[in-house]
Amino acid sequence: MQKKMAYSFPDEVLEHVFSFIKSHKDRNAVSLVCKSWYEIESWCRRKIFVGNCYAVSPRMVIKRFPEVRSVEVKGKPHFADFNLVPDGWGGNILPWIKEMAGAYPWLEEIRLKRMVVTDESLELIAKSFKNFKVLVLSSCEGFSTDGLAAIAASCKNLKELDLRESEVDDLSGHWLIHFPETYTSLVSLNISCLGSDEVSFSALERLVGRCPNLRTLRLNRAVPLDKIASILHRAPQLVEFGTGAYAAELRPDVFSNLAGAFSNCKELRSLSGFWDVVPAYLPAIYSVCSRLTTLNLSYATIQSRDLIKLVSHCPSLQRLLVLDYIEDSGLEALASSCKDLQELRVFPSDPFGVEPNVSLTEQGLVAVSLGCPKLQSVLYFCRRMSNVALVTIAQNRPNLTHFRLCIIEPKTADYLTLESLDVGFGAIVEHCKDLRRLSLSGLLTDRVFEYIGTYAKKLEMLSVAFAGDSDLGLHHVLSGCESLRKLEIRDCPFGDKALLANAGKLETMRSLWMSSCSVSFGACKLLGQKMPRLNVEVIDERAPPDSRPERCPVEKLYIYRSVAGPRFDMPPFVWMKDEDSALGLS
Amino acid sequence: MEVGLKMGKGGGDHVCGCEKVKMGFEETELRLGLPGGGGGEGEAIRKRFFSETVDLKLNLSSKESSGINPNEEKVKGLRQEKSLLPCANDPAKPPAKAQVVGWPPVRSFRKNMLATQKSGSEESTEKASGNSAALVKVSMDGAPYLRKVDLRMCNSYQELSDALAKMFSSFTIGNCGSQGMRDFMNESKLMDLLNGSDYVPTYEDRDGDWMLVGDVPWEMFVESCKRLRIMKGTEAIGLAPRAMEKCKNRS
Repeated sequence: MQKKMAYSFPDEVLEHVFSFIKSHKDRNAVSLVCKSWYEIESWCRRKIFVGNCYAVSPRMVIKRFPEVRSVEVKGKPHFADFNLVPDGWGGNILPWIKEMAGAYPWLEEIRLKRMVVTDESLELIAKSFKNFKVLVLSSCEGFSTDGLAAIAASCKNLKELDLRESEVDDLSGHWLIHFPETYTSLVSLNISCLGSDEVSFSALERLVGRCPNLRTLRLNRAVPLDKIASILHRAPQLVEFGTGAYAAELRPDVFSNLAGAFSNCKELRSLSGFWDVVPAYLPAIYSVCSRLTTLNLSYATIQSRDLIKLVSHCPSLQRLLVLDYIEDSGLEALASSCKDLQELRVFPSDPFGVEPNVSLTEQGLVAVSLGCPKLQSVLYFCRRMSNVALVTIAQNRPNLTHFRLCIIEPKTADYLTLESLDVGFGAIVEHCKDLRRLSLSGLLTDRVFEYIGTYAKKLEMLSVAFAGDSDLGLHHVLSGCESLRKLEIRDCPFGDKALLANAGKLETMRSLWMSSCSVSFGACKLLGQKMPRLNVEVIDERAPPDSRPERCPVEKLYIYRSVAGPRFDMPPFVWMKDEDSALGLS
Repeated sequence: MEVGLKMGKGGGDHVCGCEKVKMGFEETELRLGLPGGGGGEGEAIRKRFFSETVDLKLNLSSKESSGINPNEEKVKGLRQEKSLLPCANDPAKPPAKAQVVGWPPVRSFRKNMLATQKSGSEESTEKASGNSAALVKVSMDGAPYLRKVDLRMCNSYQELSDALAKMFSSFTIGNCGSQGMRDFMNESKLMDLLNGSDYVPTYEDRDGDWMLVGDVPWEMFVESCKRLRIMKGTEAIGLAPRAMEKCKNRS
């Protein structure tokens, strides 16, 4: 009966219907309905998302989805951001580019995160995809400005070039000159990661001037303040703008030029940059502040009173990134001025100092949680916390979806009661029923994991450091968190038992990272043998793990599900089961 | 699911066929990488051991109750990046707050950015630079990938040499190691070194010039080094004249 109904629609009609279904999850669901829907969906899928580049091979992807126009791939695990993944571990995009060069000549978009991208890859992209439009390299590394020059020179239809937070080898600032004079299609350019490396400013000016659709421009630190006006005059239609170093000698003509240029930009909604800020120049942006929805001041080393003045001009603010110079007083001002605030990130100005250098405590976060009813996403670095504060935050803001708290000193107790912070974080997971991402810190016992396993049913990503007492902690999380996709753990006393008891759970997740824990090499081998669809990588730079007794704990462990089997590009310090051990021979 | 994998009664004992691991204290011992009294191998592991800062900190204050002997190497090991050997004893330097790798979880570009902005302010350059990382890329001719090393984690050329040797231990770094760097002061030995097929560490300074590692005082080197490259001795001969001049100027 169902078969009859499916065949009563010609394929083109189904294709047309499917074209309205955009989300990856929904498309995956569609493909599971029946065989014909699977096939039709495969032919008409245009965008694919690969959350782990080793979970599937490029060939498998190409075989199933032959008509893709947009690809997003992620490589290294999140803890690579904090230097926990050794250089050379992997995540090179080149094998993907090589395969796609042949199979997807009409590929338009490539978005990569935490991948190694060489100039060779960039040159291949430039050469292979005639209609290439979007390149986003987020936290990538391995390429230089030579690779960028190749992209600029060849991609005539390029709309977006976004290098956010990547590490680029600067060989020459002249790569920008490679955009031909006939090239006018730029919509988004983010070169903020190029730091103090100079780009050819005149080329930049000309480029900006001839691209009428430019809406996002994020400059790097080397672009001086007195050049901003001329850029903005050429692009008054900008929606998102990032300054360079926001410093210059105090001169009234420079100030008025700058203020005038900003006031022309009626569409401006997002500002960033602000390295080396001279506070006297901040009022130049006041004319746009009332419309600003995003403000990234996380590089701005300015004091609380200047921050308060600025923030009180921005009633429409939805997203604020700032250093802890804002202090509790600044956050209180934020709470009373910015009622639309959805996301707050407060970064530490002195992460390695032992004593606090600013007056920022849990009170600031409590104030924001009370004053900002739409607050959903928090990233907060501080030096002290209490259970009562966390409970208050949880009760004030049950709509939180992302809660990442970093108390700088590991294992810091509740400063009022000297107890663990189990109860506080327990309140967070209990009240915030839609919580998707959680990062823990402070003194925590197995209890907090019991709360998490019990309440955090929508939790997708959990980060744990210096917490817990025993395997029971890990067991609570793995057995209780139904939606868990990514779990990253460091320096916790979790060992073999919980891991092996919940081996099946690991296949339902994208990945598990454990470093400086107590998982033995023997357990890793066993897991690898028993679970053929998991890649169990043991990362150990000290010595080969099989040179020690099996009960010795491994340094780092990265487990991820994969249908591609063991990878072939492992460096010498990574071990994985091989065919022999899978057969129980070793 | 097979019995061996379930967390049931006694199931844990049969896991991976090894002896039952008791929870709690012994777990901590395991985590510190001391394989319950293993002789020779224990020695080797202690030498290469890193991190576990926080628990060692706690143990240091209650040595008697811990039952573990924190040895000098482990203490010094606290200060190291994961890729370096523990530093030799340096009584002159006060024990800085032990820095755990990757904690607090602040990305390098933020750390470096804060450091460079601070040094422009009233704080002395030393204080600011003492807290920042000085991560430089290290490439070696013939090696398939780059490594990074934090120069501030080393206190001398000797330590840097040990760190580099360990990093690229799978490739022959030759005997340039510690002796080689000091021998740059001796003209004839320098030429011998460069004429051989051994590897020689070189670096690019802030002016973009490539220099032989070892020809300036350590502190100056740390300030001026932008990146390192371990070249074949024969290739580094072009850098010899500058080094020669420095030898001559010294003597």
